[in-house]
Amino acid sequence: MCGIFGVMDRRRQMMDGSGIRQALSMMNERGSGEGAGYVAYGIYPEYQDCYALHVFFDNAHDGRAVVDAMLEAWGTIEHDEAIPTYDQPNLRATCTTPWRYFFVPDPSLAPGSASPERDVITNLVMQINTGVPGAQVVSSGMNVGVFKASGWPEDVANFYRIEDYEGYLWLAHNRYTTNNPGRWEQPDPFNLHDWSVVENGKVTSYGTNRRYIESFGYTCSLETDSELITYVIDLLVRRHGLDIDLAIRAIAPPYWKDIDMMPEAEADLNRALRLAYGSAAMNGPYTVLAANPDMMVGFTDRGKLRPMVVGECGDRLYIASEEAAIRAMEPGVESITMPAAGEPVIGRVAP
Amino acid sequence: MNNNIGSIPLRYRVTIDRDRCMECERCIENCSYGVFRRDGDRILINSRKCTACHRCLAYCPRDAISLEEYPCDYRNHPVWTRQTREDIYNQARTGKIILAGMGSVSNLPVIFDHLMLDASQVTTPPTDPLREPVELRTYLGKKPSRLELRRNPGGDVELATPLAPNLMLETPIMLGHMSYGAISLNAQISMARAAKETGTYMGTGEGGLHAGLYPYQDRMIVQVASGRFGVNIDYLERGAAIEIKLGQGAKPGIGGHLTGEKVSKDVSRTRMIPEGSDAISPAPHHDIYSTEDLSQLVRSIKEATEWKKPVFAKIAAVNNTAENVAAVARASVDAVVIDGFRGGTGAAPKVFRDHVGIPLEVAIASADRELSLQGLRNEVSLIACGSIRESADVVKAIALGADAVYIGTAALVAMGCRVCGNCYQGLCPWGIATQRPDLVQRLDPDVASKQVANLIRAWTMEITELMGAAGINSIESLRGNRDRLRGYMLDENLLRVLDVKSVGA
Amino acid sequence: MAKSLTIDAKDMHYTPLNQQIREALANGAREVTVNGVLGQRFIGSGLQGDATITINGVPGGDLAMFMSGPTIIVHGNADHAPGNTMDSGKVVIHGSAGDAVAHSMRGGTIFVRDNIGYRGGIHMKQYEEKRPILVVGGAARTFLGEYMAGGLLIVLDLNETMDARGIGSGIHGGEIIIRGDVDDASLASGAKKVPLTDEDRARIAPVIREFAGEFGLDPEPLINADYTRIVPASARPFAGKYTWE
Repeated sequence: MCGIFGVMDRRRQMMDGSGIRQALSMMNERGSGEGAGYVAYGIYPEYQDCYALHVFFDNAHDGRAVVDAMLEAWGTIEHDEAIPTYDQPNLRATCTTPWRYFFVPDPSLAPGSASPERDVITNLVMQINTGVPGAQVVSSGMNVGVFKASGWPEDVANFYRIEDYEGYLWLAHNRYTTNNPGRWEQPDPFNLHDWSVVENGKVTSYGTNRRYIESFGYTCSLETDSELITYVIDLLVRRHGLDIDLAIRAIAPPYWKDIDMMPEAEADLNRALRLAYGSAAMNGPYTVLAANPDMMVGFTDRGKLRPMVVGECGDRLYIASEEAAIRAMEPGVESITMPAAGEPVIGRVAP
Repeated sequence: MNNNIGSIPLRYRVTIDRDRCMECERCIENCSYGVFRRDGDRILINSRKCTACHRCLAYCPRDAISLEEYPCDYRNHPVWTRQTREDIYNQARTGKIILAGMGSVSNLPVIFDHLMLDASQVTTPPTDPLREPVELRTYLGKKPSRLELRRNPGGDVELATPLAPNLMLETPIMLGHMSYGAISLNAQISMARAAKETGTYMGTGEGGLHAGLYPYQDRMIVQVASGRFGVNIDYLERGAAIEIKLGQGAKPGIGGHLTGEKVSKDVSRTRMIPEGSDAISPAPHHDIYSTEDLSQLVRSIKEATEWKKPVFAKIAAVNNTAENVAAVARASVDAVVIDGFRGGTGAAPKVFRDHVGIPLEVAIASADRELSLQGLRNEVSLIACGSIRESADVVKAIALGADAVYIGTAALVAMGCRVCGNCYQGLCPWGIATQRPDLVQRLDPDVASKQVANLIRAWTMEITELMGAAGINSIESLRGNRDRLRGYMLDENLLRVLDVKSVGA
Repeated sequence: MAKSLTIDAKDMHYTPLNQQIREALANGAREVTVNGVLGQRFIGSGLQGDATITINGVPGGDLAMFMSGPTIIVHGNADHAPGNTMDSGKVVIHGSAGDAVAHSMRGGTIFVRDNIGYRGGIHMKQYEEKRPILVVGGAARTFLGEYMAGGLLIVLDLNETMDARGIGSGIHGGEIIIRGDVDDASLASGAKKVPLTDEDRARIAPVIREFAGEFGLDPEPLINADYTRIVPASARPFAGKYTWE
């Protein structure tokens, strides 16, 4: 389901959100006007050492006091404030207040972890999203933020004045709604600290993947594919130490028939990935765009049931559902390609 | 015999009462399966060929023929039933997928039979349909969710909201999609005439539109299925509405397959494929892999027909029907057809027919609930189908949230079908599921169309009576009216899903 | 009304755009040029007649769907499924196209100068004089000619970048002709390779000439090149799969 768009500048040159909004709106035929979202990396340089927590508070509950207390127990709140918003008559109304915290977790609370701060953040996000009524953490990384709501992409962008934010890497999502049209947290992007994900499609292996990922302490509270994919990537890359290309191979593995034809060592590796991560493999139609502070990756299911178009222009890498979206932002795009099924497109930001 | 299994016991045994038989040979003439033949002064019987189609019984002038099912017992066993054993023999011999004809035979409870209808007594009076109007007129298509009105200088109210194209039905019963190829042209013509006579509509199925049906095209809903057989701009423009077939209740998730033998010259013309070639309908539409692709197909069809015709989409009733329906409702679709797991078919893999899908009653109720919840109920009409057997089923389906129903098997039965389930053999002696000219001509559209029209009229009258008894004089007051249903011996979960109270509550 | 017309489609929705094209044709226009096209779907959907429509830009999905008669020339790439269920006429794409090009196409001609995506020519079918033709100058991707039931599909692979597998999966009619060799592992079950005979070559020569003419290529080397011809192993690919109850 849906239309997706991503752009990355390899030299970290900043782009404000206006071009991304234009690109996403170009794909309005792919959406239903009830959900859209943006995520941008590099938007909070003044708090770049803090984890930026974007939280939706439902005004009917007193979620904020609970979250304040939890954060103070797990670290230090450097600053918090309402995310500036500007009323849009066409947004689907809710009683949601988008809030942001700039937070430093206490690493001593996750002893023995290779990445204690992220473990603390992961735990906090799971606890808040499943246990605090009226509070949903929608992004939780450093120097990154998710902006989403129920409406058309342009209305959501105007609600947050997305052009006021400057990032070097953006993902965006135009949602075709099938459930929960009123929940602002429902559209992609989904984010957990480093990783953000937008998806076009719907995995048929959801039940298997969810059971698998929840055995590692993640909790799927939104029941969206992007939530699941974010957790799977976090597990495979951060906790199991796979390189991103191998993590994607585990998620979208080659057919057995193709593995059988590979040279022995390669076949062994691919067989091992399928044996170890069979429950993490995702089936069904999808194109996934994922990002962390250092890279943007795009890949499709192994049967290529969803579109993915890649554009390049100078330092910029674009990945989108439609070429028209790329051209809406970059009319002079230098090359347009369509990668093969399951073959990841990986763009890395210069260090 | 090249196996170690031998022959399996007879399914049917046909016998002739020799005292009554006058050897007129009508049984030989009528049986297209070759059960009977004359040998000297005797009529011989090969029961193994019998399908229980009853054609011989129906045309024996002396009632001399009788038929017995399963004349030979196996050792009775509750787990290893006759059917499981015989399927294993079949697959051990062939190594293939078993196909079967017509709808599910699994012996699961029919929820309709556990829903009781209401009637008015003291607190509200019944309506007498003989005296007072009871309206069944039904509009299928998008309804505005609110109206924009203007008052002109003269003080009159003018409507500023444009109305989307709707189909107008005089009765909420339509004739479902059965393609030319799966059934005969005479069967299609009979149903088309009945539709015209009774003010309703009929589906073409995925077989194109034969020129013989052009006179009834304003009563035809033309189907666009995954094989796109017979689909061109002329076809789309002839139909009163266009239906995209995404799934079928008898075999959710898989496509269809008309074997080359059935693609006669005439069938090949309407399907627009070469004579004798297989007509394969893939499992998905290969231009629809996601919901936004569906909206693309719908809008492309609407662009092609200049937004003048309603577009329906048909899905099989499956686990997440509610979400599927909500997705379809956002795709510029005007009506969603939900086909329950008991829906009919010419042929389907048995394992799908008997194991995949959910009951129609549940699917309709949850679709109606989800659409209402998401504020989409006016975006689409809901059409229920899949073994609607009688007028009470129609009333119950509507009370569960449907706007109208399609009937398929019931219409075939009205033309003589005995539900023998051998449609796939192409030898239907009733002239329905066959293309053999001598068999097709047995079905006279002048006669058969009257029978189908009679059935629709009779059900329509019964629906009117049932509504009148409940004090309801307009069908929209029945739609989704769960209050007029009660569940009898249904469990609590199911009652909750159906949003129906228990009897006595 | 003039015999030619130019429409500026910048920021225009596809419905008014199609209305303007239809109206122009109804008024006798023979040539319509549409400039500034970006992402508009369904251009020429269900369009009838014999005019030529030139599109400058990148049209959206389902270009020329159900089209019956006209010629559409695209200067740019096409998106998903151009020529979907097309009846007759011609589409010439000076660029590449997305997945499912010529899906269920029933007649007419599609020429794509560069590459196409997955499932090109899926379920193309023919009936009597209606015989669809798809020619791709560049490479095609996996599942080329899937379910193909008729027509002619030629891939010239001019840049020799073709890496398609599952070719002709479920093919039961028509033919796929690919320049160069195709290894057996790339064929799906149900498809088989046969040599290209002199008669075959004579039959495709006019198609290749027409294609070369559209894009300013020299046709002779293409006509005389080596080709692999792929046809159905059986007209009944799934007949062996089922038994009756």
